Amino acid sequence: MNIPFVHRTLDNGLDVLVHQDRNCPIVAVNVWYHVGSKNEVPGRTGFAHLFEHLMFEGSQHYDHGYFQPLQQAGASLNGSTNADRTNYWEVVPGNALELALWMESDRMGYLLPALTEAKFSNQRDVVLNERRQNYENRPYGLAGMALVSELYPAEHPYHWLTIGAAEDLRAAHMDDVRAFFQTYYHPRNASLALAGDVDVEDALRLADHYFGSLPPGLKPGPVTPPAPPPRSRETRLVLEDRIELPRLYLAWHSPNLFAADDAELDLVADVLAGGKTSRLYRALVYEQRVATEVAASQNSRELSGYFQVVATAAPGRTLAEVEAAISLEMQRVRADGPTPGEIERGVAQAEAHFISRLQTVGGFGGKSDQLNAYNVFLGDAAFFDRDLARYRRADAAGLTRAANQWLAPEQRVALSVVPRGKPELALDGSAPVSVS
Amino acid sequence: MAVDRSALPPLGDLPPFHFPRIDKRSLPSGLRVWTVEHRAVPLLSVLVLVRRGAAADPRGQEGLAAIVGDLLDEGCGALDALALHEALGRIGAQLDTEVGADATLLGLTLLSRFADRGVALLADMVREPRLDVRDFERVRDLRLNRLLQIRDLPPALADRAFTQLVYGGHPYGHLSIGSEAALRALSLASVKAFHAGAYVPANVTVIAAGSGSHDDLAALVERAFGDWTPGAGSAANEGAVLAVPPVPATRLGVLHKPGAAQSELRIGHMSIARNHPDYLRLLVLNMVLGGQFVSRINMNLREDKGYTYGVRTGFDARRGPGPFLLQASVQSEATAEAIRESIGEIAAIRGDRPVTRVELETGRAALTRGYPRNFETAEQVARAAAQMALHDLPDDYYTTFVPSVLAIDEQAVTAAADRHLDPSRLLTIIVGDRDRIGPALTPLALGEPFDLGVPA
Repeated sequence: MNIPFVHRTLDNGLDVLVHQDRNCPIVAVNVWYHVGSKNEVPGRTGFAHLFEHLMFEGSQHYDHGYFQPLQQAGASLNGSTNADRTNYWEVVPGNALELALWMESDRMGYLLPALTEAKFSNQRDVVLNERRQNYENRPYGLAGMALVSELYPAEHPYHWLTIGAAEDLRAAHMDDVRAFFQTYYHPRNASLALAGDVDVEDALRLADHYFGSLPPGLKPGPVTPPAPPPRSRETRLVLEDRIELPRLYLAWHSPNLFAADDAELDLVADVLAGGKTSRLYRALVYEQRVATEVAASQNSRELSGYFQVVATAAPGRTLAEVEAAISLEMQRVRADGPTPGEIERGVAQAEAHFISRLQTVGGFGGKSDQLNAYNVFLGDAAFFDRDLARYRRADAAGLTRAANQWLAPEQRVALSVVPRGKPELALDGSAPVSVS
Repeated sequence: MAVDRSALPPLGDLPPFHFPRIDKRSLPSGLRVWTVEHRAVPLLSVLVLVRRGAAADPRGQEGLAAIVGDLLDEGCGALDALALHEALGRIGAQLDTEVGADATLLGLTLLSRFADRGVALLADMVREPRLDVRDFERVRDLRLNRLLQIRDLPPALADRAFTQLVYGGHPYGHLSIGSEAALRALSLASVKAFHAGAYVPANVTVIAAGSGSHDDLAALVERAFGDWTPGAGSAANEGAVLAVPPVPATRLGVLHKPGAAQSELRIGHMSIARNHPDYLRLLVLNMVLGGQFVSRINMNLREDKGYTYGVRTGFDARRGPGPFLLQASVQSEATAEAIRESIGEIAAIRGDRPVTRVELETGRAALTRGYPRNFETAEQVARAAAQMALHDLPDDYYTTFVPSVLAIDEQAVTAAADRHLDPSRLLTIIVGDRDRIGPALTPLALGEPFDLGVPA
């Protein structure tokens, strides 16, 4: 099982990946730039994402907004920024492939001549609105910021979330846009994937035609912050928020994306909280009813990962009860490991998940996006089947070892999010944190 | 050859697209079995559409349909909840339950090689859920907790306030989750009665989309559902659902949330049912007004004024009348101005700035040229079939959609806007910090703001 593709590197260094799928008469265009909030510096957090917004405001040869001609052609399109990368995509009917390539190549090569102060300040307002809507005005919306700022030291770029700090967004300047574009937005730091109802040779020829003449740029060096110091004592924090039910976040440092133990911890998360048969759902929600919901995830990224367990206390129950129940179940997993049935289910779910990833050519998580992910993070776009193999070969011993190595209670950060004015609802010994 | 950047490249001919055939069968029990052949990947998508949803909640028992939906996977046949989910997990199956106003939809996506086992489990959930009293109480508690958490969720508060005010006592006048008082008043007997009345073959369409022939897929469904005996079923409250609710007396409602970082807005009024002949004209109108990024209201409020991260409008057409509705979260200080601009755009499109030729073409193109991508996966195709079943759409609906939309011109869109948009009837709901919005609302002349209180 794989995503078959042809890979060609243009003379200017742009990687082009083409996958044919004739199932539906559409073509996906997907561009990754290997830049994210990890490339930001303190004082300019949130900038990579603000920059992404400016990519939709027009470029030198079509300076009327990016959406109009594409939506008129029947395209669906979007972009996103995370800590490690920025992606842009269009899904177009087959007859609009050239239009999408023209538009993507124009903004890769010629964004700056169309940049204006008015666009910049408008999109900064839009992003500040996005921040208020999705973080400040959302229950528990600031918890992620509090967690990462404790997990990572101030000089580590995972110390802040991709949305950044409001005051940093306000301090950003047009000169920052120019420098950022020149450093990160060029063929040598990008990867282009085309997938769908297209002839492979036609696609390669068109990619070369539209992108081949763009100047290559200099490949930016890797971001190499010092590894976050190992944690040997639990840290307890409390954050007050406009909420009704207290919620507990437990977080541990964990392996990087695709590193050893990454897949194992993904499966441990599944054993702990994947569905109603999982250990934590069964104990906390189903049997003891101390929590209304529980989730676990292995969040692995290029420079570092973190493993997280989140549970919301049921009315009348305390975070101390929630913490005790979680710790007991996690202790059991570390001591006895998962059962054969749990391994069987976890692997079956992983297999179904990988097959379901083959259903769409474009958009977030579509085949074109996956080819770019493997190419940008591993330099190996053919990694799909080896990615799945990481899960297929996982066994109880591996999960047990990974859980013991990474998920000890003394290594964790415990963040209690409690209703405003009720810090006493936090776990004992929690230090107040303030984020905004 | 150098790239010609003096103009955008021309579009070639649109590639042909053929919506897959839906094979429709009926069993003697009254159950409908629809199948779609979709061979792209070895996955199967099975949907069970039950034509009873939250609108069928008896008065005083709002939330009942949703509780029944929650209980379907809490144990069925010989399996308790944990055994059922272990069985689903072993075959890598993904289960989703949605309870809407008109219908309950169960969806199962699974690896084709486990098709028989998965469909058998699905049939047991629909036909023989255990409806155990302890599960009922636990599930109800989770729903009550959810209601508690909604107090801090501005989008949910705004949706609920708008729904209650625009529908009044209509069967659509509550969210699926219901209210605390109604949930507390529910009994296991009412759960069992609802299930017995709603989950009968005559109310159900099973749709299977995936690899395999129509015959294979139909046989798969029949093996699991074929011996389902027809129940009497409860009478549908179709008359009450189809009734048009009276226009609310209020035009402005404010729910005060001290310290809110933004104002959550809903602006709209009652509009058409799904089977109204103007439906496609309003789809085109909506693409111009607020249905996509380049629509007028988003370009105005986001790209010109910077008041919001994004704003969208839509016609929430149902079996009975549904609202035209604008949704946005806007800067607190710009709340009044955002409302003024939004109402102004709605007034203008049926007044002094009707839809232009270019806008019409953009709107139609978005609906027609991009049409095939709505049917890329087996689940997407199955969901399209479910819409057909729910709304009694004609057999050729998906094959005639594109030519029907392309036949709509500016005059038709403007006439539909005249008939179905009415700025004087718009109801505006604000969930936000009243102290930061306050006096600026007065010049909007929407009348005295109705105080929705603090979240409860």
